[in-house]
Amino acid sequence: MTAKEDKSGRSGFATPLTPALTVTVSLIGLCLLWGLAAHLWQSRAFPPPGQVWQVLLREAASGDLFYHLGATLGRVAAAYVVAMIIGSVIGVILGSYRGADRFFSPWLVLFLNIPALVVIVLAYIWFGLNEAAAIGAVAVNKIPNVVVTMREGARAFDPRYAEMAAVYRFAPLERIRHVLLPQLQPYFAAASRSGIALIWKIVLVVELLGRSNGVGFQIYLYFQLFDVAAILAYTLAFVAVMLVIELLLVQPIERHATRWRRRPA
Amino acid sequence: MQPVGAAVPLRVDIAEKTFRSAQGVSITALQGLSFEVRPGEFACLFGPSGCGKTTTLRILLGLDKDFSGSFQLPQGGSNRIAAVFQEPTLLPWRTVEQNVRLALPKSLRAKSLDELFDTLGLAGMRSLYPAELSLGLARRAALARAFATESAVLFLDEPFASLDEQTAERLRQLLLTVWSARPTTALMVTHNLREALMLSDRIIVLAQRPAHVLGMFDVRLPRQHRNPQVMSDLLRSFQQKFPGVA
Ligand SMILES: Nc1ncnc2c1ncn2[C@@H]1O[C@H](COP(=O)(O)OP(=O)(O)O)[C@@H](O)[C@H]1O
Ligand SMILES: [Mg+2]
Repeated sequence: MTAKEDKSGRSGFATPLTPALTVTVSLIGLCLLWGLAAHLWQSRAFPPPGQVWQVLLREAASGDLFYHLGATLGRVAAAYVVAMIIGSVIGVILGSYRGADRFFSPWLVLFLNIPALVVIVLAYIWFGLNEAAAIGAVAVNKIPNVVVTMREGARAFDPRYAEMAAVYRFAPLERIRHVLLPQLQPYFAAASRSGIALIWKIVLVVELLGRSNGVGFQIYLYFQLFDVAAILAYTLAFVAVMLVIELLLVQPIERHATRWRRRPA
Repeated sequence: MQPVGAAVPLRVDIAEKTFRSAQGVSITALQGLSFEVRPGEFACLFGPSGCGKTTTLRILLGLDKDFSGSFQLPQGGSNRIAAVFQEPTLLPWRTVEQNVRLALPKSLRAKSLDELFDTLGLAGMRSLYPAELSLGLARRAALARAFATESAVLFLDEPFASLDEQTAERLRQLLLTVWSARPTTALMVTHNLREALMLSDRIIVLAQRPAHVLGMFDVRLPRQHRNPQVMSDLLRSFQQKFPGVA
């Protein structure tokens, strides 16, 4: 803790600032720069921050903002859960059985290289313009990445722990909970992190192509109206929501999961 | 000081164990290895480094099934086995106490571990994670786990290796204390002759690879009488019986 602070303290520029303050100042700087640029290049296509803020307040007051944010967030969560579960199971199996890995590796490479758009379009054609097709399409885009990461995790299993569990006759569920999952945790966290970032971007495309609510749908709507302020308002609102989730949910969970690691003394 | 479990010895009769590498090189680690450990007896498997001691234990622990021959584990009370591995092998993401309790069968999960932790000097460490322990303390936790299970047989693989002599000596005493409170049939691997003479009822002396039994050395003297003087006598008679081994 103190060691870390010392280190950042030595790096000159940030000396008198706490990290939170640095972030705030940096964001305010970006806003000022944006405002200045919008002032110099006055155009409907490049609204100043104040105007975006006003749209944001208007959409929030009418309730539209929360309705569409909620719809998108629901799809992100559903696609995330589906992708992580299916991807982890497949990844652990491939990482544990070399034969299966050799057989399915070409499939994996194929799926890794199919563009997201193709999966989405095909899902809508085959399964119709419905919620399941939308979420499924997003999940299918993410699953190959999860598989690759979790396969690495399974390959890195330490056999000594499995042998200890065998000697002391751990029950199958205890083996999963106390021996396997903790070893997979860092890989799961890595897959999660890159997963959420990828998923919410794809969800917007899915909404744009075949849903009638959600942030992606709204952006498409305002694109047709050429309302850049509204597009930016929705985008920034959603980015903010994802950052809050990262801060309030992902980081505390990760801290809890890694509490056993020796803190730098 | 009643031996625990029915009077079934540990019987080992391994005809052969050969490792085959991917390049086709094969190493015969064990050949014609057979011995017995009587119920409630503390035996040491003594032999030079690399002769096949760990290999033998892995077979007895059921971790390696690719061998020819057979063995029979002591049964009675429980048919559970306990092991102290060459490294402590504690789950790093569980506390000391959780590590011990997880190894217990369901029927013992809730039992009090106070006495065991006290004896082993771990009373204040129950809620620490293994990364916060020194190697000596981690090895104590591994001993606690093995003894808490109340197993029918106990296997130890050089449990005091890579400790400084003072810590190792202290741990040997602790091992004796907890084992004497409940004398389980025990087989300990070591290449330290002094350690074997101090702890065991009987030493099973192994030859260079492929391992087979060179002979037995019984130490009938009660452990509390094995003072430095007696130990050097024991050492001398061992060297007479097995010249060139130690
Ligand atoms: N998994 C393995 N593959 C190939 N050879 C092995 C393997 N494990 C052990 N051996 C060989 O078997 C012999 C006995 O090893 P080991 O039982 O570990 O000896 P030690 O008596 O020191 O415990 C050694 O020569 C070692 O190289
Ligand atoms: Mg060994």
